[in-house]
Amino acid sequence: MRLTCTVNGTEQQVDDVWEGESLLYVLRERMGLPGSKNACEQGECGSCTVYLDGLPVCACLVAAGQAEGREVGTVEALADADALHPVQQAFVDAGAVQCGFCTPGLLVATHDLITRHGRPSDAETREALAGNLCRCTGYEKILDAVRLAADRMAGTAAGAGTEAGGDR
Amino acid sequence: MEFLQPTTWAEALEARAAHPDAVPICGGTDVMVGINFGHLRPAQLLDLTRVADLREWTTEEHAVRLGAGVSYARVITELGDRLPGLAMAARTIGSPQIRNRGTVGGNLATASPAGDAHPALLAADAVVEVASVRGSRRIPVTDFYTGPKRNAMDADELVAAVHITPPSGPQQYSKIGTRNAMVIAVAAFGLALHPDRRTVGTGIGSAAPTPRRAPAAEEFLAGELDAAGLWESRAELPAGLAARFGELVAGSAAPIDDVRGTAGYRLHALSVMARRTLTWAWAEHRTASGNDSAKEV
Ligand SMILES: Cc1cc2nc3c(=O)[nH]c(=O)nc-3n(C[C@H](O)[C@H](O)[C@H](O)COP(=O)(O)OP(=O)(O)OC[C@H]3O[C@@H](n4cnc5c(N)ncnc54)[C@H](O)[C@@H]3O)c2cc1C
Ligand code: FES
Ligand code: FES
Repeated sequence: MRLTCTVNGTEQQVDDVWEGESLLYVLRERMGLPGSKNACEQGECGSCTVYLDGLPVCACLVAAGQAEGREVGTVEALADADALHPVQQAFVDAGAVQCGFCTPGLLVATHDLITRHGRPSDAETREALAGNLCRCTGYEKILDAVRLAADRMAGTAAGAGTEAGGDR
Repeated sequence: MEFLQPTTWAEALEARAAHPDAVPICGGTDVMVGINFGHLRPAQLLDLTRVADLREWTTEEHAVRLGAGVSYARVITELGDRLPGLAMAARTIGSPQIRNRGTVGGNLATASPAGDAHPALLAADAVVEVASVRGSRRIPVTDFYTGPKRNAMDADELVAAVHITPPSGPQQYSKIGTRNAMVIAVAAFGLALHPDRRTVGTGIGSAAPTPRRAPAAEEFLAGELDAAGLWESRAELPAGLAARFGELVAGSAAPIDDVRGTAGYRLHALSVMARRTLTWAWAEHRTASGNDSAKEV
């Protein structure tokens, strides 16, 4: 079947999609967007987390046809041409990335969390990231990264000067 | 495989009638796992996510009519105050990603004994509305579960909605698992106190071939509360009452040993959860009394 949907703001059309295929497979294998990772294909690990109509979901559990006409946002859209997104930069700076397999999913989930909560409490963070498994980091650095990203994003929102001042 | 995408409820029912072997798919959190692992290869997938009616909830004669396609995330954010028991159960389901997609309709159709919506729906005396091209009918949720992963729907029927009356008293939900998120219940228990009707509702999960109520425990507790005038006085529960209630709840279960836990553990867990949820719910009932009298003064 043919599938048409908006991915990262651009309309995409792909043909010969198998009806039982997941959105994750379509993104990775047909649209050349391998950022979302495939680790479990059963909703357990969250490494395939993408936005579907603005909500974080496991792309492995969305049937391709269910995305017809919908808006999909993937980790590829977080950074702009010359800079990482503050959430990405915070993961780098906090050392929250080891093998990196869980990272794309965590970035999308963290982006959603901070967008909705501003500065989440640790409890809110743990709850919000409960669907994203990491086998490497032990999560402490991930929590650090979330706090760092939230602080920086709050700084940016309050005015760029505040953040620069705070850093010195 | 064919991908059927009805955009209206009438079309969905027609598609269901025309393809009784089609597998409906809503949030996909059960169906896609089956497809990804090659366990499920239906001739047709019947996608219900374009049927707007299914994603709506409305209030009808004091009851909430919850469309089968409303996600758990929305049950929590939009109905947490009106349907506290179901919202509590919904908070324990999967992860945020799963709650953004998974639906109560999908949980009902799957009818797993471990499904978390079931104990809450049983305790609240929910009624399932199913429909086909032949018409619609309402099935009390108590009669909905007919066997492990089997339900009372005919081959041409779909779940349209579930009707739940917002409670006149406290509701609680408790679930045992190896960690807080992303676990299938080892055992679960839902409780609803109905002071308006002077009855008690219960629901047992993961401890019998189907989700089920604990009628003996319900009658015992309602009888004791009545006899001692406790519904009105809202006095403390007599010593031992909650524990006896817990024993009777466990007595209604019929668990098995499996990888998640032994039958003995499940029975013990149920009696503890029933005792605790009653203690919490009664404390809430008592505080509600304090508020009322404060208002009257
Ligand atoms: C990682 C993970 C964690 C999970 N954790 C939990 C948990 O903690 N507790 C829990 O209870 N469940 C859990 N589940 C299971 C699942 O999320 C729930 O059963 C959910 O309610 C299914 O809803 P859905 O809309 O996604 O169903 P789908 O997968 O779309 O469908 C499920 C079944 O219902 C049928 N169906 C769907 N809608 C209708 C309808 N309107 N009429 C007729 N048939 C219909 C489908 O054909 C299928 O048989 C989990 C699943 C995953 C992948
Ligand atoms: S690959 Fe989708 S949740 Fe693991
Ligand atoms: S960094 Fe390896 S799984 Fe998270």
